Amino acid sequence: MTDDAKRSGFSRRSFLRGGAAGALSGGLATGLLTGEAGAAAATDAEAAETVGPGPVEIELEVNGATHRLTVEPRVTLLDGLRDRLDVTGPKRVCDRGTCGACTVLEDGRPIYACSRLMIESAGRSITTVEGLGSPGAMHDVQQAFVDHDAQQCGYCTPGFVVATAALLARHPAPSEPEIEAGLGGNFCRCGTYKGIRAVVAGGKGGGVSGG
Amino acid sequence: MADYSWPEADRRAQIGARPARLDGPVKSTGFAKYPSDQNPSGLLAAKILTCPHAHARIVRIDTSAAEAMAGVRVVHVIQGEGSEIQWAGDEVAAVAAVTEDVARDALRAIRVDYEVLPHFVTEEDRDRAPGAREAGERAEGDPDAAFATAHRTVERTLGMPQMAHMCLEPHGQVCSWDGDELEVHASTQAVSTLAGQFATELGVPASQVRIRTEYMGGGFGSKFSPDRWGIVGAELARKAGAPVKLFLERDQEVTVAGSRPSAFARIRAAADEQGKLVAWDSDSWGSGGLPGTGQTPLPYVFSRLPNRRTRHTSVPTNLAGSRAWRAPNHPQACFLTMAVLDDLADELGLDPIDFLERNLDLTGRPETYREQLAIAAEMASWKERWQPRGRTRESAVQRGLGVSVHTWGGRGHSSNCDVTVHPDGAVEARIGSQDIGTGTRTIVAQVLAETFGLELHQVRVSLGDNVYPQSGPSGGSSTVGGVTASTRRAAQDALREVLVHVAPRLTAEPEQLVAEGGRVFVDGDSSRGMSWREAAAQIGGAPISVQGRNPGSGRLISSGVGGVQIAEVEVDIDTGVVQVERMIAVQDCGLIVNRRLAESQVYGGLIMGVGYALYEEWIPDPVSGRLLNADMEFYKLAGLVDVGSLEVHMMTGPGYDERGVIGLGEPPVISPGAAISNAVANAIGVRVPYLPLTPDRVLDALAGRGGPA
Repeated sequence: MTDDAKRSGFSRRSFLRGGAAGALSGGLATGLLTGEAGAAAATDAEAAETVGPGPVEIELEVNGATHRLTVEPRVTLLDGLRDRLDVTGPKRVCDRGTCGACTVLEDGRPIYACSRLMIESAGRSITTVEGLGSPGAMHDVQQAFVDHDAQQCGYCTPGFVVATAALLARHPAPSEPEIEAGLGGNFCRCGTYKGIRAVVAGGKGGGVSGG
Repeated sequence: MADYSWPEADRRAQIGARPARLDGPVKSTGFAKYPSDQNPSGLLAAKILTCPHAHARIVRIDTSAAEAMAGVRVVHVIQGEGSEIQWAGDEVAAVAAVTEDVARDALRAIRVDYEVLPHFVTEEDRDRAPGAREAGERAEGDPDAAFATAHRTVERTLGMPQMAHMCLEPHGQVCSWDGDELEVHASTQAVSTLAGQFATELGVPASQVRIRTEYMGGGFGSKFSPDRWGIVGAELARKAGAPVKLFLERDQEVTVAGSRPSAFARIRAAADEQGKLVAWDSDSWGSGGLPGTGQTPLPYVFSRLPNRRTRHTSVPTNLAGSRAWRAPNHPQACFLTMAVLDDLADELGLDPIDFLERNLDLTGRPETYREQLAIAAEMASWKERWQPRGRTRESAVQRGLGVSVHTWGGRGHSSNCDVTVHPDGAVEARIGSQDIGTGTRTIVAQVLAETFGLELHQVRVSLGDNVYPQSGPSGGSSTVGGVTASTRRAAQDALREVLVHVAPRLTAEPEQLVAEGGRVFVDGDSSRGMSWREAAAQIGGAPISVQGRNPGSGRLISSGVGGVQIAEVEVDIDTGVVQVERMIAVQDCGLIVNRRLAESQVYGGLIMGVGYALYEEWIPDPVSGRLLNADMEFYKLAGLVDVGSLEVHMMTGPGYDERGVIGLGEPPVISPGAAISNAVANAIGVRVPYLPLTPDRVLDALAGRGGPA
């Protein structure tokens, strides 16, 4: 097992700590490209257990609900969310940490769900785009995506919404390097960047009237 | 009799407005369920084994180990022993299993022995291509004489490689059988035509095939058919007796599920002393994989150029067949033509906009282009800022401006729409169309609301299901014209029926009545009226249901648009890196239904255009025949920070609105490659002959090396 896996992995202490962090409540790490995601995880390597290679029973919180399930160690957080928990907001596009369509918050920090094993998220709190708001009660950033038409086919949108919410929570008026760090790891094919720029320019409230 | 038309400008409440797309909230919250999000009970996961060789014969397949694996439900051989495979990535076998991981394990357990055969994947090297087919020569006038007496002539060899559609939702579907009835949640651009194609392959009546596509994650011309993986998915589900989800892995999506044909050409063009084009000679070639490719329309836009000769050669390669890519053949023809005209303008010592203007009589719509060129030049401050080619600054970073013009048809396709008015005032439309991200759902609702004088939230639109009336596939910018025309006709007819019931209550004739602002009243005397709800109640106990069709009578739609784009770039001549600083688009699409969504289409076209101008290309490996970049790390899309400042001007008002509704998906993606290439030539003083404008190609051009071909 690598140091990374030990550090972020399956320990009783991180398990207990996980449930407490609310979505977007604490300080958010910067974007995915900075390498900070995951770095602030537990340092209690001494408490880590070896798990697998067989299926592992884990518990994690997704959008406020606690789930206990048994997964193979090789199942990514993304596939576990989509296939096991039917949480399909996060999308599988590149499936290798490039495009950002699977971006979720883990304990408030944006991560690529395709590049994390579900067992690494044991004891953690996951927030997907569905956990930020619902069609009848949208998060400000979701409302701003609608107002600025920052979506066409919409397949990249869940990842962009989560990454944008994380960016604006940390930097309500982000600089160009902060935008690049926060959203440079998300890609759209239809070409909705003009609208996304407008969302970001509107700040956390996304309060500019429709484009 | 029935007079189908759009309201006059001063009576439009919805048409031309900017309402937000209706499915925005479900998309931005992740509540929208795409085909790939469907997880019916008992679902199996399917994966496809593909051939690693670009050309091979299958000698032996052994699936026994895979079949014996726990969790594997069905193993299906797609191409058996003896089959000849013509491209890497072609489908050989498929597995359905309890999870995706088990299915992948099973694929690894299938043993296939191949006899590897020679392949050819580098079509820019036409002279070495086996099987190249000349399409023949077309000539008009006397090009040789015209070249001999011309004032200035340029000759260039230019080209652009194949590129991928790169739909974010991969191709695929979830198939479920209930007895001999099949339901397919398909990521498709063709809800109404897919069932028949599935039915033929599967041996069931089309009436027993249901296609559902509430949302889908991008198609761009690549999702019109069930494809082999669709049929295989349905077969696996039938054999397994369980629903099967089969979506391509990303490497498969890039390799086999959609590419745009390449285009290369050696072109000569000549002008006289007045800067008038007098001769054209092009020898073009390109490939769309194994089928080769058809001729790009050269010369583009300036198609009435006298004294022209065109030849074309189709070059088959051992790569998966190309698919329609947004504005088929136009981006290629536009780049090849506009780059040569731009170089000729430079040779003549003319401002390229001036040069284009001198030759607009050779185009199909000179007045449109003249107006658009003037607007675009004004937006770009072209007169103050454009300078002749060459290094204009004492800096490694050089700036340049480039221009291009384009055209497209965009006539509405065949469409049927059922509009129903209920006695309680509820209004709904059902249409077998699909919203591929362009906003079809929203514009159908706008047409309904406009016709009945209601707000958007008072009407309901159901689409994305083939139980609704047939409406055409979403391709070629044909959807907006098709669905608005069929919906408007149905809605106007349904309203007339309502008005017949209402008229006696208002002691008026039906023809005197209008529905506006939530009321039905005598035109010119709004006191003689009633609320829409009260009006609807007059129809009695049963709803009124009417079908509208396109094509049909009335002046609702037409075709033929023009557009002009200007690019401004910075080029670092030490590193060869090109940065797009600014893109300006001036675009006509007739009567605009939704300004916000129309602008989004144009912004999207510009952004996709920056991608193929600077980054995107299939890179086949001549040795293995496989793509070297069948992923998203090395097949690069433009990102948020790559696209510069984008400005869009939509042509509206007299001269445009009365054309009726015309499609917009294709036009704005045609010019960016040409405009950006021209801007780079303006910045650095030489033509970079190939797209995308990668640093190595820019440095080669600066060093005087032409590059491949």
